Amino acid sequence: MATEPLEKHACITGVGQSQIGRRLHRDPLELTIEGCLAAIEDAGLAVSDIDGLSTYPGFAIGNPGFSGASAVEVHDAMRLELDWFDSGIETSGQLGAVIKACLAVGAGLAKHVLCFRSVFEGSAQGGGGRQGIGADGGAGFRASGPLAWSLPFAAPSAAIWIAMFAQKHFHEYGTTREQLAQIALNGRKNAGLNPNAIYRDPMSMDDYFAARMIAEPFCLFDCDVPCDGATAFVVSHVDHAKDLRKPPIRVEAVGTALRGRPSWDQFDDLTTMATRDAGAHLWTRTDLRPSDVDILEAYDGFSFLTLSWIEALGFCKPGEGGAFIEGGDRIARDGELPLNTHGGQLSAGRLHGFGFLHEACVQLRGEGGERQVPKPPRVAVAAAGGGNTCGCMLLSRP
Amino acid sequence: MSGDVASPPFRILPRITDLNRPFWTGGEHGELRFLRCRDCGTRLHPPVPVCHVDHSRNVHPEAVSGRATVATFTINHQMWMPGPELPYVVAIVEIEEDPTIRLTTNIVGCEPGDVYIGMPVEVVFERQPDGDGAVWLPLFRPRREAEVG
Repeated sequence: MATEPLEKHACITGVGQSQIGRRLHRDPLELTIEGCLAAIEDAGLAVSDIDGLSTYPGFAIGNPGFSGASAVEVHDAMRLELDWFDSGIETSGQLGAVIKACLAVGAGLAKHVLCFRSVFEGSAQGGGGRQGIGADGGAGFRASGPLAWSLPFAAPSAAIWIAMFAQKHFHEYGTTREQLAQIALNGRKNAGLNPNAIYRDPMSMDDYFAARMIAEPFCLFDCDVPCDGATAFVVSHVDHAKDLRKPPIRVEAVGTALRGRPSWDQFDDLTTMATRDAGAHLWTRTDLRPSDVDILEAYDGFSFLTLSWIEALGFCKPGEGGAFIEGGDRIARDGELPLNTHGGQLSAGRLHGFGFLHEACVQLRGEGGERQVPKPPRVAVAAAGGGNTCGCMLLSRP
Repeated sequence: MSGDVASPPFRILPRITDLNRPFWTGGEHGELRFLRCRDCGTRLHPPVPVCHVDHSRNVHPEAVSGRATVATFTINHQMWMPGPELPYVVAIVEIEEDPTIRLTTNIVGCEPGDVYIGMPVEVVFERQPDGDGAVWLPLFRPRREAEVG
């Protein structure tokens, strides 16, 4: 590689989470600060050491509870003195916020960047079931931007948009619901060992097939569970990570590409997604190969997204994702590619992308407790998003 | 190919702009309209004021046949908000004149279970009152046999 990727100058020195629950009814800013302080404490730093701040999505329109705190609120509440900050939803998926932090420390704009993602969708959406985007808009609400092309056709949820990709994959490659079910079953099995997971009771294939349909081929268990909680990281420059509390997690490479149209319905290949471009991009920035990866923490806002990441990251060929996960042995904690070892968003809760990076760090440090994979992992991929935007990170422990 | 649905379901309507008005109101004349570059012939969707091939600003609405093919679909069972009667079909269709132009839409006029990938369909417009005017949503129904092929 001619020039060393800038992200290699970054490492993750602190990880933290707030209390996590289905409906905590706690102030979302308080939850956010709780997660942030945990990450700073974990790094062995003081709040005054933080000179950068990055979050996804900041102020944003979305489902109720989609954004627990903006950068401004955390900046001011903690009276941070920042050399660099950034926030926004138009980036390489949820992990775009962490990737930008890596580049910021690489560029010398900051030494220690606090990154957070905070949600309170569980409490905000209450017991009334999951609503569509715009459901709370009232009769005068009009859809604009990209949403103008889906909301009028009673398609106000990513469940519908992603179900259509899954259906195309089923049609083209013979992928089955029995195969896809392994994403949900594997996640639930792992969640049983994660004290912070939302759903921990065992789930069988019969349970999966007995669940009500949401948008075919997705049943309820193919859709993640809204929750409350905040996840935070400290991203540090490697030169400033030497004497911190724990060995830093190295950032080997990031994948940010989006070469197809940035659209749910105009993307050129409806059997793949934005995952295709970001996944391929990752491997252009490192000498490591998919066969070097010990664990995969890959977004499962909907089960098919994980299958899409498995193909996009080159763990199997396009179209072979169904066969790859069939039976579930390969992706189990003791399999050749342990997957979503905390339970994923399907069972551990919709912490929206950051939960996967958190778990990758926990496993690389060997701090997984009961759910720690038996073979100590050295290399992990954390991947988040899908559909029309996503990003991924390749990590290693020293 | 036009035809008002007697009592259309509640739908979130699009915010109408000068650029997208031809698309959302073409149904009044039974026409499915897309912007097209007069210089190179490229069709543009969603509507943008510049052609992505030759960057010409000479783009104008033009009707297509209204024939399309189901590229993929889902049968939706979840009540997200008031809307069409459950279950209903959300599909992505590719228009006959240029399969790279796609629409997210609903397939109507048949049982949800009869919809399949590759199904030939044709546009049917649903009129929705919008303030003092109206918009016409392009939905699609199975193509009549005489028109298939």
